[in-house]
Amino acid sequence: MLARQGLRSSLRTWAAARPVLARGFAAEVENHQEAVVPEKFKEDWKKIAPNYDLPHFPSSYMAARPAVSSTMPTKLTVNFVLPHAFEMQAKEVDMVIVPATSGQMGVLPGHVPTIAELKPGLMSVHEGSDVKQYFVSSGFAFVHANSVADIIAIEAVPLDRLDPEEVRKGVQEYAQKVTNAKDDLERAEAQIGLEVHSALQAALGVSA
Amino acid sequence: MSRNAHARYVFLVECAPNPSRSAVVSGIALAVRRIGEMATGAARRGGSRLARQFAEKLTLSSGVGAQNGAPWGMQGLGGASSEGLAPFGARNASNQAVRNRMRSVKNIQKITMAMKMVAASKLRTVQVKAEGSRGLFQPFTVLLGDAPAVMGKKTLVVTLSTDKGLCGGINSTVVKYSRSLLKLSQMYGDDHKTEFVIVGDKAKAQLQREYKKYISMYITETQKVSINFTQCAMMADEIIKNNEYDVIKLVYNKFNSAVSFLPTVATLLSPEMLAGEEAQKLGNLESYETEGDATQGEVLQNLAEFQLASVLYNAMLENATSEMGARMSAMDNSTRNAGEVLDRLTLSYNRSRQASITTELIEIISGAAALEG
Repeated sequence: MLARQGLRSSLRTWAAARPVLARGFAAEVENHQEAVVPEKFKEDWKKIAPNYDLPHFPSSYMAARPAVSSTMPTKLTVNFVLPHAFEMQAKEVDMVIVPATSGQMGVLPGHVPTIAELKPGLMSVHEGSDVKQYFVSSGFAFVHANSVADIIAIEAVPLDRLDPEEVRKGVQEYAQKVTNAKDDLERAEAQIGLEVHSALQAALGVSA
Repeated sequence: MSRNAHARYVFLVECAPNPSRSAVVSGIALAVRRIGEMATGAARRGGSRLARQFAEKLTLSSGVGAQNGAPWGMQGLGGASSEGLAPFGARNASNQAVRNRMRSVKNIQKITMAMKMVAASKLRTVQVKAEGSRGLFQPFTVLLGDAPAVMGKKTLVVTLSTDKGLCGGINSTVVKYSRSLLKLSQMYGDDHKTEFVIVGDKAKAQLQREYKKYISMYITETQKVSINFTQCAMMADEIIKNNEYDVIKLVYNKFNSAVSFLPTVATLLSPEMLAGEEAQKLGNLESYETEGDATQGEVLQNLAEFQLASVLYNAMLENATSEMGARMSAMDNSTRNAGEVLDRLTLSYNRSRQASITTELIEIISGAAALEG
């Protein structure tokens, strides 16, 4: 009887795990690159740990990036990642406008390589006549020489998910907190809240 | 079997040369009752009682009964028990021991099966999160490069491990590689210092013994709430605040599939190293402009901290997924092994039980036969 129970339970776990196992390699990449490991490292490793294989390196878990082309590329490839999802993966677009610390920055194909720190604000992705708008919290944006833009944000929400009423209330609340702040830490936190909510309001005002 | 019967016959003849009629009657009555009880299956426990009653009757008629009973009782069990000389009436003591063992093995099997199912369900949720986070570390590796061979003057080895055990060999793997990194850095010279930051109780237990003086900080109970970015940002903050380092080596298990976990070492450079010559050439950083007023140095400072938080987040999720997968397969193996042990025990228990019943019958019947004839 126990064997039958065991079989049934293992079938159940297998069935439950099947979609997971099937998806097992979903986030894997087909054309992943090999990590560049200098020979000296391999030799040293053999000396100190002859019985262990070399560890793996994260660069082997990534897809290879396109090489730098000599001609002006026509499209910009955007990778937009959030901690919980790949929002956009290798998407070809015409233009991206990101909220850098110095203001809205537009990125076109062939943009000079840049590292930009982002502040909370509106980000829009233009594909032909199609525009997708997100409100992003802070993050970073890299533009590479091969016309690939990497945008990393902690949070990003499409604009239609934001409630204008709540935003207005938030602005008032944090403005009050800034004036009532007792010490530097509280003031800094209140300032951040105020900045984010003002940016939210501006973003909603712009598109609404 | 015939040897046992003979021994019994000899014993009976020795100790009861003139059996009274009451003894014969009681002997036959015992035999009848014995067969009846066997039919109801109560012979298992009744056997010792009957045997004890019978033993009393026999010892009454002869003083040597108890002593002679011991080897006789042993033979009756058919060699199934390897316990020492058991007293006459306790022929089923070893059976009881086997029964206890069977019960405990069955309980263990149930527990491990339950643990396996819990791990399987947790695996599903964490795997989704881990796969979603796989994009987070890639832009940094593209920009700043992955430099596996770089061992700075001050290396910080951050070891990710689990808090709970019973998850196979993943913690030992991570500790092995952390130890190797320490040895590698020591091989490069005395001016290369290495420190450990240990996340998780299991690696702490293993590394504390040998390398206590190298350990800089411990971080435990990271999975009390499910892993989120805020937590990793705080951890990164603490690590950066309390440690001076050139290079961080992050050692974790990447989840490849439910049975395969790859030990991975991620290399992160400090802002000072990033601004230095090597890194600039490696990642071609000097060709990158910075937006805004900040100098590249300041931006790199923020970037390095952000990189640590992001890579740590991805690594912790991968490690947690590996933990669940490893626990699932470990508990699965354990359940199967428990089942096999249980089968073997059941067989031997049944054999000994049947042998003791047979022995009882033989005693009684040969006793009756001896008395008759």
